[in-house]
Amino acid sequence: MTLTFRRKAVNAFMLALTGVCTFLVAGVLLVILGYLAWNGASSLSVDFFTKLPVPVGETGGGMAPAILGSAKVLLVAMLIGVPIGFFAGVYLAEFGGGALSGIIRYATDLLNGVPSIVIGIFAYAIVVKPMGHFSTLAGGIALGIMMIPISLRTTEEFLRAVPVNLREGAMALGASRSRTIFTVVIPAAKSGILSGLMLNLARVAGETAPLLFTALGSTFWSPGWMLATATLPQMIYAYAISPYEDWHRQAWAAGFVLLVLVLTVNAVARFAIGRTSARGRS
Amino acid sequence: MATSPATVPQSSEGSLFKRLRAGDPIAHTLTGMAASTILTITALLVYNLWIGSELPRSLFGWGFVTGSSWDPVAEKFGALPFIYGTLMTSLLALLVAVPVGLGAAIFLAELAPRGASDALTFMIELLAAVPSVIYGLLGIFLLVPFLQTVVVPVLVATLGFLPIFQGQFYGVSVFSAGIILAIMIVPFIVSVSREVLLAVPQDQREAALALGSTRWESTWKVVVPYAMSGIFGSVFLALARALGETMAVTMVIGNKPEIAASLLAPGYSIAAVIANEFAETTSRSMHQQVLFELGLVLFALTVIINGAARLLILSMKGGSK
Repeated sequence: MTLTFRRKAVNAFMLALTGVCTFLVAGVLLVILGYLAWNGASSLSVDFFTKLPVPVGETGGGMAPAILGSAKVLLVAMLIGVPIGFFAGVYLAEFGGGALSGIIRYATDLLNGVPSIVIGIFAYAIVVKPMGHFSTLAGGIALGIMMIPISLRTTEEFLRAVPVNLREGAMALGASRSRTIFTVVIPAAKSGILSGLMLNLARVAGETAPLLFTALGSTFWSPGWMLATATLPQMIYAYAISPYEDWHRQAWAAGFVLLVLVLTVNAVARFAIGRTSARGRS
Repeated sequence: MATSPATVPQSSEGSLFKRLRAGDPIAHTLTGMAASTILTITALLVYNLWIGSELPRSLFGWGFVTGSSWDPVAEKFGALPFIYGTLMTSLLALLVAVPVGLGAAIFLAELAPRGASDALTFMIELLAAVPSVIYGLLGIFLLVPFLQTVVVPVLVATLGFLPIFQGQFYGVSVFSAGIILAIMIVPFIVSVSREVLLAVPQDQREAALALGSTRWESTWKVVVPYAMSGIFGSVFLALARALGETMAVTMVIGNKPEIAASLLAPGYSIAAVIANEFAETTSRSMHQQVLFELGLVLFALTVIINGAARLLILSMKGGSK
């Protein structure tokens, strides 16, 4: 009788504990969002989006160059990471199967696991060192390399999820293999691949470490692609570790903007993926 | 085509067919080239880290990994404080994140109704998307003051006799870095472990319950052991992430290249020293080459840990079939 009671008590206690763990973990998100919204929203202003950073001692100013810089770096990253990842994903899903695919898959996994700071060193070695100076281009290449593995994986995954009878239908109508892939299979997987692209972009948008010695940072506008540029995450870092109250305020504002962007894209893309896979199931 | 077969000469239909087919090798080659680019990039990455660190590798040999003094001005480079800091913060993170994450995964997989479980998992997975610099920002202004005023005084009062909780606490420390890392990796542990637990066949649970075990006993003694290798896999994946994590750690670890017995003392990590010092080095200087070598060490660490994780998850998949 007492043994049964003990077992029941342990059961109730441990199960309750797992619930506590869950709410602890989920609660962290609420704390993060709440604290950032509290500190960030109050520091936001129109100036933040339109003005240049001001020197230490003056209050005000904004992060317009950093916002533009982030957009430019991400554009370069997309132009590099998406085509390579996409076509390689098509190769693995549609033409793969040989020894080469195995090696490529392994290399992709390896590349995906490389710490972002090491990607930064690599981009420095292949872009900054030969060119002799930091640049938007170098930052974009660093982030582009980070995008490749995920871009490949989502493409491959969603192409494989396309039902075989669609391919068979196209081929039965006389379409060649490549025609089937590019006019039937890829359009069928389009929304999944696009959502994956959004998630991928949101992931690298917040990356700071690979930009520290590729895009470096700057307090001015950075025309063209060959000059060092400020980016939003790098500004958050620089301002957060500074000793100035006003810079901290700006770091909160920038953090709030970045987080809202990243989480919105994430939520929308995940919702879209969930819907397409649910549709595929029914 | 079918309407007027007579008007189309046989030979031209053959060439049309050929032209259609001709797209295949082109598509094959083009996509194959994109795929090979990945091989090239990976090879270049390893090659660059290797030749970039040539000088210190030939000069210091293994002494680099075991040396403990770091003074770039005097050209003294020992990586041990950084390796220690990286391993210590990561282990501390696992120590906190694994029990909490596993608990949450059990709740989400075994207890929560499917709808609530999916909604909570969605929230927890969003946590994984929060950029690391934002964790760092919160680390500096929210977590460190919280640790300083609430957590550490309690720890020192109860466990202060342990050497790991002695000495002055300045806020930035190995301990703070470990906690922020724990918060960052817990979503990975929860989401992968939950998947693995959900993949455990229902009859395992039913058999345990039919034998008279309580819900907890069936979970802890049957379901969790069944999913064990997958759970280990999730832990290794989280560990690989923690080892390479840069920004949040750099912002709260204190950046002091010393090995202290106390977790409350400031420390340094491999990724943090690269982040802090790399931009100031000149091309091909000894200092920069040493940072390349640290990058190589970090790369090797994560490759090993990731490989172990993949093997474990594969063995789990093989086992469940």
